[in-house]
Amino acid sequence: MRLTVLYFAWVRERIGQAEEVVTVPAEVATVADLVGWLAARGGGYAEAMAAPERLRAAIDQNFVGLDASLAGAREVAIFPPVTGG
Amino acid sequence: MIRVHVSPDPIDIATEMTLAERPKAGAVASFCGLVRADDGVDCLELEHYPGATEAALERIADHALARWSLQAATIVHRVGPMRPGERIVFVAAAAPHRRDALDACAYLIDRLKTDAPFWKRETRDGQASWVEARESDAAAAERWQA
Repeated sequence: MRLTVLYFAWVRERIGQAEEVVTVPAEVATVADLVGWLAARGGGYAEAMAAPERLRAAIDQNFVGLDASLAGAREVAIFPPVTGG
Repeated sequence: MIRVHVSPDPIDIATEMTLAERPKAGAVASFCGLVRADDGVDCLELEHYPGATEAALERIADHALARWSLQAATIVHRVGPMRPGERIVFVAAAAPHRRDALDACAYLIDRLKTDAPFWKRETRDGQASWVEARESDAAAAERWQA
């Protein structure tokens, strides 16, 4: 499956880029799976994804839990808890 | 009428209040957030998720319109670098009477804090750090769940 993955705030800084297109294997079925698959790349990815409980996500611009299915997803964003206002 | 605006430009309160003043509204309640000047912060930078941010803010305003009798709901958020004392966010609700306007105004800012993809980075003496989300913000947003 081909996905555009976006990173924000310290997730973006640790990974060193804001956006990339990835092709994930079939066993990557949820956002949590994607986080684990990215962490396995090591380096900045492992650092950014070290504490999944500190991560939030959106699929196609809608907030979702990390257990959300990637079925039909085109854009996945991974980011820390929001701090606007 | 819903007005959602996300921009690096300074927030002009007079213009925003005037836009929120609708013919059938007897009350306009507003809230303005400023960059706090305390504990040595000399710059605050706001990152956001273009597209998703505007959609999230429109959803919050839609919910306010569905819940209270409103003539207008406004959410204006600044992004990019800001200095202490500058306006970062402005929300307003216009209603026939003050109670709906005041409650909807509180709702808009409380939900914005937890439901819109913004991230703050503070700089103190050249050292940047990301602001941590606060439990109290989650609690403030929760109280509107009823």
